[in-house]
Amino acid sequence: MMHVGDVTETLAAEVGLRSDEEIVRLRQIVRDHAIAQGFSLVDQTKFVTAASELARNTLQYGGGGDARLSKLTNGVRVGLRLRFVDRGPGIADIERALRDGFTSGGGLGLGLGGARRLCDEFEIQSEPGKGTVVSITKWKLR
Amino acid sequence: MERIPILRMGNCLIVAIQVDMHDRLAIALQDDLTERIVKDKAKGVLIDISALDVVDSFIGRMISNTAAMATVLDAETVVVGMQPSVAITLVELGLTLSGVSTALNVEKGMALLQQRRR
Amino acid sequence: MDTPKGAALIEILSRHRDALLTEWLDQHLSIALRRGLTTEAEMREQFRSFLNVFTDALQRSDILDANRPEWEPVRAFLAEMSAHRARQGYTPVETATFVFSLKQPLYVRLRTELDDDPAALSEVSWNVNLLLDSLGLFTTEVFQRSRESIIARQQEELLELSTPVVQLWEGILALPLIGTLDSARTQVVMESLLQKIVETGAGIAIIDITGVPTVDTLVAQHLLKTVAAARLMGADCIISGIRPQIAQTIVHLGVDLTNVTTKSTLADAFTVALQRTGSSVLTPSATA
Repeated sequence: MMHVGDVTETLAAEVGLRSDEEIVRLRQIVRDHAIAQGFSLVDQTKFVTAASELARNTLQYGGGGDARLSKLTNGVRVGLRLRFVDRGPGIADIERALRDGFTSGGGLGLGLGGARRLCDEFEIQSEPGKGTVVSITKWKLR
Repeated sequence: MERIPILRMGNCLIVAIQVDMHDRLAIALQDDLTERIVKDKAKGVLIDISALDVVDSFIGRMISNTAAMATVLDAETVVVGMQPSVAITLVELGLTLSGVSTALNVEKGMALLQQRRR
Repeated sequence: MDTPKGAALIEILSRHRDALLTEWLDQHLSIALRRGLTTEAEMREQFRSFLNVFTDALQRSDILDANRPEWEPVRAFLAEMSAHRARQGYTPVETATFVFSLKQPLYVRLRTELDDDPAALSEVSWNVNLLLDSLGLFTTEVFQRSRESIIARQQEELLELSTPVVQLWEGILALPLIGTLDSARTQVVMESLLQKIVETGAGIAIIDITGVPTVDTLVAQHLLKTVAAARLMGADCIISGIRPQIAQTIVHLGVDLTNVTTKSTLADAFTVALQRTGSSVLTPSATA
């Protein structure tokens, strides 16, 4: 358990991301926890979709990595946080990578920016040559 | 390797996606569909996604691309049964599947395909 | 409380119970009765129960501190009373007075009892004063919290009430929007409309914004998102009830509604919807 400010974070699951099948597994785990936290169906779907986008990024551009899902409580609020860690080439220009349409892998380039729009909080740290850490958070409404 | 079954009904191909697809499976479906359109001389493709509770940008793109490829092969594509939560999420994601026809359910989708063919 | 002063307090409370009760009622009853929400007998009973838990807690504690566990039953009693009063429409002052009205009768008794010991009198009075103050504040806090939860619940109810999706015809839904649209509300609107589309299998939904006072970029975007989501599911939307000034704002804001069917009135939209579903409206002049 970890306290940052008034937020208590408890690790709920850890999934390695090394193949397509593991993205599917992560989606299922995230869905189960979103249901357990009482998320509405739309919020479940948004968070699972964001997880799927970022998991694919980790796999395709980061050369695989790990996803850590934790449960959050802040007073009466509950939420979920998902952190993706890879040791890949990193992102040189984060601002540009967040823009819709940016892609280095031949896709539509909706991954990072899209995932950010689907969540309440979005954080990204990256160092060229060292890897990337992306963290997304969603709170249950009311 | 597992495959998603494609059914033929008249000159239409019908796919009901019932599993949470991983990316390779989605690509395999796209390959199979384009091949079957040619082999069966299909004029319509109906993709039922009512069982999918997540459609991310990859699967969304696969659907768009399949529809575009079908058009090139002279077949119409209609996507049916998208769940409301999935639709809201796709819009938020910025994916509107602009070139794809949609219908509420299989029945309406088939009617749409017949009507377009006439 | 086994100190002599504490014993004196307990002694006073039990010996003058009925007198305290009557005097307290004199002070408090006028307020409670004015509300017309209670009876004297009920008030008397409520205060009697309060005195019971209060004396009980007093006997079990060494320090007059309302935050200590011994006082939990008292707090629980007051919490229930405050929440009840919040629902009944009492004011916070009237609620806190339930506790504060005890001060004067109790102080009068203490003065008579400890007349010969001014030091003890002032100490006990001070402590009792602090205790009753914190209990009184506690009722206000609970009152406030109960009110907030009532407001939150009403907001939710209002949200659901204000987004009715109605079926106008076989295959045609209408969503008459009234009031300001914000993000939270739009999400509810969107979800209930799309859900209803699935349930009814309606191919056309009319979103009527006659009752929406202003349309800014955000509202326009929300509308466009709803239309886009409905299209993904296989349903068409028509936006109706666009007033001249709203049409002006939309153009000035540069919102692109070219891909959306818009009509100025709900009636026009309904006619279009009927045509699309294969029905038509015949007026006598048209049939003649």
